[in-house]
Amino acid sequence: MERKDARPAREVVVPGDLLDDSGMKAGSGTYVSDGKIYASKLGVKNVFSGTVSIIPLRGRYIPAPGDMVLGMIVDIGSSNWLVDINSPYPAPLHVNEVPWKVEFGDTSRFLKIGDMVMVKILMVDESMKIQVTMNDSGLRKLEGGQIVEITHSKVSRIIGKSGSMIQMIKNMTDCRIFVGQNGRIWVDGDAENATVAAEAIKKIEKEAQTNNLTERVREFIESKIKPEEE
Amino acid sequence: MSGQSDLELVNKKGIRLDGRKAGELRNIKIEAGVLENADGSAYVEIGKNKVRAAVYGPRECHPRHLQNPTKAIIQCKYNMMAFSVGDRKRPGPDRRSVEISKIIAEALEAVVLTELYPRASIDVYIEILQANAGTRCAGLTAASVALADAGIPMRDIIPSIAVGKADGKVLLDLNKEEDNYGQADVPFALIPKTNEIVLLQMDGNMTREEFDTAVEMGVTACHEIYALQKDALRRRYASALKEDVSDE
Amino acid sequence: MSRAVISEIRKNHIIEMLKEGKRLDGRDLGDAREISIETGVIESADGSAIVKYGKTEVIVGVKMIPGTPFADTPGKGVLTTGAELIPMAHPLFESGPPSEDAIELARVVDRGIRESGMVDVDKLCIKEGEEVWMCFVDIYALDYDGNLFDATSLAAVAALKSAVIPAEQYGKGKNAPLPTTCIPVAVTIAKIGNTLILDPNFDEEQISSARLTITTDDNGNYRAMQKGGKGSMTLDELTQCLDMSRDKGKEIRKIVG
Repeated sequence: MERKDARPAREVVVPGDLLDDSGMKAGSGTYVSDGKIYASKLGVKNVFSGTVSIIPLRGRYIPAPGDMVLGMIVDIGSSNWLVDINSPYPAPLHVNEVPWKVEFGDTSRFLKIGDMVMVKILMVDESMKIQVTMNDSGLRKLEGGQIVEITHSKVSRIIGKSGSMIQMIKNMTDCRIFVGQNGRIWVDGDAENATVAAEAIKKIEKEAQTNNLTERVREFIESKIKPEEE
Repeated sequence: MSGQSDLELVNKKGIRLDGRKAGELRNIKIEAGVLENADGSAYVEIGKNKVRAAVYGPRECHPRHLQNPTKAIIQCKYNMMAFSVGDRKRPGPDRRSVEISKIIAEALEAVVLTELYPRASIDVYIEILQANAGTRCAGLTAASVALADAGIPMRDIIPSIAVGKADGKVLLDLNKEEDNYGQADVPFALIPKTNEIVLLQMDGNMTREEFDTAVEMGVTACHEIYALQKDALRRRYASALKEDVSDE
Repeated sequence: MSRAVISEIRKNHIIEMLKEGKRLDGRDLGDAREISIETGVIESADGSAIVKYGKTEVIVGVKMIPGTPFADTPGKGVLTTGAELIPMAHPLFESGPPSEDAIELARVVDRGIRESGMVDVDKLCIKEGEEVWMCFVDIYALDYDGNLFDATSLAAVAALKSAVIPAEQYGKGKNAPLPTTCIPVAVTIAKIGNTLILDPNFDEEQISSARLTITTDDNGNYRAMQKGGKGSMTLDELTQCLDMSRDKGKEIRKIVG
């Protein structure tokens, strides 16, 4: 749930800003020069157990192994599909990595261009060559519903602490929701409720404030649909 | 640099045609995040120059043969709109714009952490809406802000300005008349944190002393512009101060 | 315009909503997006305008220079329109010579202005058979979210209406406003399934089968049309488009003033 206590002031930093010269550890979005830590990205300064890092405000999704993402089929080969995962790098999905037995050259019978799939990042090598898989529980082709796109750096906010935020939206709107780490979110349910869920997600992305966000999102959803019996 | 004019560019009191002193910048306005589709963007006015810059990427590199397996490449396109200058400019690239695109891309390459994105391309588009001397510097100034706005990791933000000489005096940030009838033009850009030069061109005629003065002026002015660039980015995302971007 | 891959889910979602007469951005089928016009934005141009249709943003600049008239129209000024779909505006746009799309766009804008007689070319004669004003209309897309036809047409019209003939600069007498007669307004209607929608945004444009751009004048007369897309329109749909474009054109004309 929301932490209501005052937290250290967060500041927007830009590339080149000095973050620390007192011997902290350099985290993501930073670089070290002459023993000092500087910001390399536009974002918010974050200090956590002796490490200073940047929580980015902008920028493309960069895949990491284990991430669950929403991908779109953009090309089809005879033994694989090419999946756009909203990152600088296209991700091939090999026929061995899908839950179906696919004959050579028979790929387009299973997934077509424009289809959305839930996939997991299997591997990312040094030159950012990527492989994705659908062989894991819950991964599948998505049908129906709608896709909401948000900045990937806000994904953790949509999910909330231990999944509290997304669970609340699901419960209140009775929608099925899948949040991809790449900022693509699939929402499916009763048409009007799904629209409310989509709006709530956009609201979290835009208006996230320090305090009472969960409460405000709850009020927002309640104002749009009949509240569930509590 | 014709150097030939009856026009008095700097009067006896050392005041220029537009009322500035030798080491004074024109009015500068910088805004970050001015476009919807681009990953990052910026708008810059320096005097009567009006420039937009857009950044797309890092994204898949096309054409493929330009891909570098160890780092991202930076591709820049500088373009003047047909109505940006006195005489209508024919649309499309010319030798001048190709050269400017190249030196701007190289200047940006010096600060962008390209090794984080092997095989990718970071594409920078600079459009000159209105030109009045110093467009490549205004373009590079805008492009740096657009890169930061796109969330591209970089060591620093690059400011750029031209210095030059007119009526025998070293002047900062030449306007069109000074550029047309002056005796030297020195477009200039540096990495403020280290004062390393990343863009430098010169044409005209300067003594060693004049050039030293020019560089000194350029360095000071770049640091002023740097502050405006950072301010533009902070202003754009100031609301994020109240924002809880993570619950970690 | 060029095609992008739109996910099946988004496509179906848009289509399902249209069946209920709704659009993803909350508009009614016959609504245009919010339109803004800013003129006089470029001092180096003789006329200029930045126009926004929602998230679509375009800039148009007008340049006028004395030149030689065409042999068959010795007493008339010359109007030339060009359009550039620069890569700044959208990932689908590439650098290089104007694409088919850019050329079609420029010609559709040109046709609306030319055929409506908006610019009084008879008054652009400096010396018959020798010298007339050449009027260059240069169009650039800055941010592309669909329907460049209407946005650039409106920007061209606004830029021309604000244009001043730079006669003094060329020693051809006194500067004077560019003589214009009427305000042509282009309205584009796209067809998705069997639904007609006005002012399509990018996603709508991508999944539409056909579109029709209709330019009307102050009297509600039709002055230029362009059907695009690989699909077709029925005669009944054409009738609807003719009504919609005239009515919406009248509304938009009021914004130009």
